[in-house]
Amino acid sequence: MGLYQYEITDIKKTERIDRLIANLFAKMPEIESARARLITESYKETENEPVIMRRAKAFAHILENIPIIIRDDELVVGSSTIAPRGCQTYPEFSYEWLEAEFDTVAARSADPFYISEEAKREIREADRYWKGKTTSELATAYMEPETLTAMEHNMFTPGNYFYNGVGHVTVQYEKVLAIGYEGIRAQAQELLAKCDMGDGNYARKARFLQAVIISCDAVINYANRYAALAKELAGQCKDAARRAELLQISENCSKVPAKGAESFYEACQSFWFVQQLLQLESSGHSISPGRFDQYMYPYYEADRKKGTLTKEFAQELIDCIWVKLNDLNKCRDAASAEGFAGYSLFQNLIAGGQNGDGVDVTNDLSFMTIQASMHVQLPQPSFSVRVWNGTPHEFLIKAAELTRTGVGLPAYYNDEVIIPALINRGLTLKDAREYNIIGCVEPQKAGKTEGWHDAAFFNMCRPMELVFSQGKDKGVQVGVVTKPVEEMKEFEEFYDAYKEQMNYMIKLLVNADNAIDVAHAQRCPLPFLSCMVDDCMNRGLSVQEGGAIYNFTGPQGFGVANMADALYAIKTLVFDEHKATLKEFKEAMATNYGKGLTREMVGDMTAQIATGLKAAGQTIGEKEIAAIMKTVIETSEMPAVKENGERLLKLIGEVPKFGNDIPEVDAFARDVAYTYTRPLQEYKNPRGGIFQAGLYPVSANVPLGAQTGATPDGRLAGTPVADGVSPSAGKDVNGPTAAANSVARLDHYIASNGTLFNQKFHPSALSGREGLEKFVALIRAYFDQKGSHMQFNVVSRETLLDAQKNPDKYKHLVVRVAGYSALFTTLSRSLQDDIINRTEQGFGA
Amino acid sequence: MEDYKQTKGRIFDIQKFSIHDGDGIRTIVFLKGCVLRCRWCCNPESQEYTIQTMTVAGEPKIIGRDVTVEEVMKTVEQDRPYYYRSGGGLTLSGGESLCQPQFARDLLRAAREMGINTAMESMGCAKYEVIESILPYLDHYLLDIKHMNPAKHKEFTGRSNELMLENAKKIAASGQTRLSIRIPVIPTFNDTVEEIRAIAVYAKELQNRYAKEPCNIEKIHLLPYHRLGQDKYEGLGREYLMKDILPPGTEHMEKLRQAASQASGLVCQIGG
Repeated sequence: MGLYQYEITDIKKTERIDRLIANLFAKMPEIESARARLITESYKETENEPVIMRRAKAFAHILENIPIIIRDDELVVGSSTIAPRGCQTYPEFSYEWLEAEFDTVAARSADPFYISEEAKREIREADRYWKGKTTSELATAYMEPETLTAMEHNMFTPGNYFYNGVGHVTVQYEKVLAIGYEGIRAQAQELLAKCDMGDGNYARKARFLQAVIISCDAVINYANRYAALAKELAGQCKDAARRAELLQISENCSKVPAKGAESFYEACQSFWFVQQLLQLESSGHSISPGRFDQYMYPYYEADRKKGTLTKEFAQELIDCIWVKLNDLNKCRDAASAEGFAGYSLFQNLIAGGQNGDGVDVTNDLSFMTIQASMHVQLPQPSFSVRVWNGTPHEFLIKAAELTRTGVGLPAYYNDEVIIPALINRGLTLKDAREYNIIGCVEPQKAGKTEGWHDAAFFNMCRPMELVFSQGKDKGVQVGVVTKPVEEMKEFEEFYDAYKEQMNYMIKLLVNADNAIDVAHAQRCPLPFLSCMVDDCMNRGLSVQEGGAIYNFTGPQGFGVANMADALYAIKTLVFDEHKATLKEFKEAMATNYGKGLTREMVGDMTAQIATGLKAAGQTIGEKEIAAIMKTVIETSEMPAVKENGERLLKLIGEVPKFGNDIPEVDAFARDVAYTYTRPLQEYKNPRGGIFQAGLYPVSANVPLGAQTGATPDGRLAGTPVADGVSPSAGKDVNGPTAAANSVARLDHYIASNGTLFNQKFHPSALSGREGLEKFVALIRAYFDQKGSHMQFNVVSRETLLDAQKNPDKYKHLVVRVAGYSALFTTLSRSLQDDIINRTEQGFGA
Repeated sequence: MEDYKQTKGRIFDIQKFSIHDGDGIRTIVFLKGCVLRCRWCCNPESQEYTIQTMTVAGEPKIIGRDVTVEEVMKTVEQDRPYYYRSGGGLTLSGGESLCQPQFARDLLRAAREMGINTAMESMGCAKYEVIESILPYLDHYLLDIKHMNPAKHKEFTGRSNELMLENAKKIAASGQTRLSIRIPVIPTFNDTVEEIRAIAVYAKELQNRYAKEPCNIEKIHLLPYHRLGQDKYEGLGREYLMKDILPPGTEHMEKLRQAASQASGLVCQIGG
């Protein structure tokens, strides 16, 4: 034992891990049809039974019959598809999009999937049953017409749960590890025995508990299939070492997850079945392992004390799980795939932090989980670390070493903000202290929460566009009819109009989310998931029906920086300094600041004019449309238009921007963020919980930016909207500390569904122990100021090359050399090349 | 008396999150004006005291502005959370800060007063009385020694090195500040093992014969030449005389580091 209480050893990666990774990524992921076929078979047999029983029986039927495989070299087994990184389909949520994309899904640029003709045929055949039976169709039927219109006009996108399962949960892994599904089954049986047929909720509760029993049996049966397969493979195996491994696997699977785990290895296998089968039940993503270092530690510690487990083997098992987390996959529709690019399932796993008593519980496994992410260098798990004032320094240094590898992990989370933020939402102190992260950045208490995190993308720029059009989009009244901007005399009038458009869109968003929520409860309650979330069993309700102790809905807003800059520019230029008028802004935005119209803009404006003319009684044919289109394009190219655009862009450029540590602008941004976070928290969801805002976009700020017109911050039409709570790309020019100071001035407590702050660093900033120390200090200092989350990209050669091509996007890119002053993007090509070469050498400057 | 906070001076940049210029995360205030004219200088806009126009990325940019100590400290103060967590603070750089002795002193004094750690990158090229007036407010002197040969020093920087070498001894003997030696490693000027070793031997002598606590020579930094200042020469309408010089390679730098380390017995590192 060294200076610290932890046994920190850098255990080498074994060759097995390299082989597992190579096998996993050998070919394009594939869509398989077994699940679609099996669930449909089962549903046809259970018409008119309670939906919870139908779900349980279908789950059992799938687990009884789905093909299984043990991949070469695996120590922890359980695969939902025969093909590595393959995916099953989930027609009970939606299916039309997949059929429509059958012939393009293998060729698309974001996350392609191979699909065989046979699979297409089987899936098509199964899908025929689901017409009119999906959650998506029921949700649509629950929505109001104006909500559907707003969605059609891309005001917000509740796509995730509209078309898929919800996922976004962390269950009681520790319960399965301790008592197994036999134990949970026994609990269900006991509760069932206590139910009285005369109780008001008997019918529902009894069926729910029976569904739990069926689900537990199904999982035990599934594990037994693996035990048999492993034994069979061992019989055929000529290699003695592998034969022994397979026999061990067989023994493990015949014991867990039926019973409680008695060794670290069994705990690993038991954990894996939970993780894998939750996804096979529901198709949701962001099913997050959470505090793996905590619930696995007792098994690790016991084996180490007994002397039955080496650190090396423990590390190899953890590495194996890390690889397996990348074996799970999900096919999304083409548009969503762009928003979530990278086949990501966002299985968030977090290390470090406090226990319920507020004591730091970082342990040896916390360090080994970091090591695993360094070993596998893969996107899953979405690895996170918890940071508080009592976090051991060496733990953060180890985390910083992972950041330095350039894999984009870990994400750092601030206990000092998140714990009080959760308490403010009604969690107990103890539960709040035990939080983990779901998906991207969303905190919750595991095993007690249905958080509906990631409930929608809400683009804060779109209501701004509506202010200038009195609520119209493409000629359709989508928003509120606010006063024409030309008649506004005070900034407050303008700001109020923005708030009015925001409030209205937020209400429609709530309507959309709640409609989907009800549809899931009625069509896809999940008994297996629910037996691992309190207090479902006692209440006799699935999580979808409100069985969880804590219930939230968390749709995420993005574009705070754009709207802060936009509103500040309008306040400054129009109302304080009188250098421009709102009419000029309106014209400049409609003509994309004279920078040329995007195809979408031409189409929209033509449609708008045509609709107007039709309404006035004119006949509009193809010829007329062509003429309108020509006028639209010509108008946008008139010198006066270009001049107005140029002039405004220059004026906007001179107005101070969010992200530069200017207190007045930052205070303004804080207020702008409230236009989303405050109205939202007043709404309730059908599970008895409230709405809470997040401020993060995943990667949707790019595709959704493409659907957004020019904005008053000088952002051109179709370009990305700002990422999370980060400043607009290229607008923060005073370096990372200034940007962090600005971002910390937002209210992160109220955005309790999470905020996301990304920074880019040149690798030289992290070179040597000294670099790591300074990097950790930067995180600490941001967290001192009550920022909630921070994540880093250490820039690669490719990023720097991109910065050469697109300097405007990278004005914030800092390259530090002793005693030298300049920004990367102001350097000439050849000097930038020098820096790129330094990047490759990893030269400490 | 708050008067010293009204002292005016001329700067050309304030750079936050500087991580190679003293301990921790620092804010560098770049003072304008220099006594030397080093051929490799990466901040040529620092050399003239007069306010200049430099073309940066195709746009004219005014280089140099007159500010009070108080104005500068407002900006320096903004990153206090980072100094606190990293042990960082304020670093004066240039130019040669000693060209504006009162301003430099009052900046350091104001930082001290505010509890902010102070450092200064400087060649020590001024009368010792000037340095002496600054030392009470300085935590860490990052002292440049570029060459031991006076003639060669003069040829490449425009001035001989006697005054600076003499000052180095006095700074070491003052017992008032921590001291680190920085050697810019410039091909064709000082990048041979012999030349670097000569400086290292001098550093050893400073340590053994002159240094008085806490002026132990903490470290020797070898700063590899880079040509990142090249554009600025063009931007100022000046010719860059080192166009054909390539930065020293990693292996060569390591060789020099070992030589310096052996000759001085001090901790030597590549980079700041």
